[in-house]
Amino acid sequence: MRRTMLFLPGNNAGMLANGDILGADSIILDLEDAVSPDQKDSARILVRNALKYLNYRGCEVIIRINDIETPYWEDDLEAVLPLKPDVIMPTKVSGADYIHRLAAKMTEIEEKNGMEVGKTLIIPLLETTLGIENAFEIAKADPRMAALYLGAEDYTADLRCKRTKEGTEIFYARTRLVNAARAAGIEAYDTPWTDVDDMEGLQKDTELAKALGYTGKAVINPRHVDVVNAVFSPTEAEINYAKEVFAAIEEGKRLGKGAVSLRGKMIDKPIVERARQVLENARAIYGGEF
Amino acid sequence: MNIIRNAIAGTMESSDLIVTVTPGSGLTIDIQSPVKRQFGDSIRRSAEEIAQDLGVTDAVISIEDHGALDCTIRARIETALLRASKEE
Repeated sequence: MRRTMLFLPGNNAGMLANGDILGADSIILDLEDAVSPDQKDSARILVRNALKYLNYRGCEVIIRINDIETPYWEDDLEAVLPLKPDVIMPTKVSGADYIHRLAAKMTEIEEKNGMEVGKTLIIPLLETTLGIENAFEIAKADPRMAALYLGAEDYTADLRCKRTKEGTEIFYARTRLVNAARAAGIEAYDTPWTDVDDMEGLQKDTELAKALGYTGKAVINPRHVDVVNAVFSPTEAEINYAKEVFAAIEEGKRLGKGAVSLRGKMIDKPIVERARQVLENARAIYGGEF
Repeated sequence: MNIIRNAIAGTMESSDLIVTVTPGSGLTIDIQSPVKRQFGDSIRRSAEEIAQDLGVTDAVISIEDHGALDCTIRARIETALLRASKEE
């Protein structure tokens, strides 16, 4: 369950120390854009020590490593992978070859360290026009693939257009990415909302992402976590309806009915699947029986 | 590992520290910290351990702590020592 993936700068000791108390389902310890080239060594060692000594309880840990075209990415992997982060996030992924190269390096490090191969997953950041076009091929590139994640800032720069709050310019990328992810049977995560103070805009943007099929959204400020978590959590009405769906199915079985309806609408396979997802998410978020 | 030049690691921010390493004879560790009375010995032990792990026997390590966790202290000392062992 990743409603929120919160970015934390890899060289910021204070933020790394408090990563698990900010309410996000996942935290992304960032070795890439948040770290200047002259501090890459420092951030890598700090993040490695955070993984080694801090206990991020109940919070998934993702490491965003540097681009495969830089001299840093292999050192990043060598430092962090032996400490078993949940996910590695590569950046500027434009094709399946990138994932093949990354996965091979991960396997090499895992074997060298006597680790279980394939335990750490991959969520790539798609932020180029070519990456969006190749989204399905990327999504199927390796068994480690857990999701696709859209990065709209670099994408719009590559598209040579302005990034707007309305997001018209990223509509194609959003729909293409989520469709590719779903077709490959993995999750899809939306680009962060970059205006820290515009909470109303954040709410609308998050609701749009959910309406398009996204399972969660990256956030760049802890203040955004609650809004995004709330949008991606099932509401009481959704949970009650999902329960009614299963109750109606049980009642139909008891009465020997072939087709069952609820509130005047026939319960077909997509409705059951949606209800199952709502209850599954409710269990993951709130715990207990649903 | 030989310390061949001056190097710095860390930041002045809260929960962090600044570590300065310079070439020296033997291992000298100087600590400034608001919690030196409570944690000075622990900070010194961490610095000695990191130096030992890296095979550093001759260096002056100056630590200006701003309330950092042990894992941060270890990271910044390691970074400063590694930087001080490399040619610019």
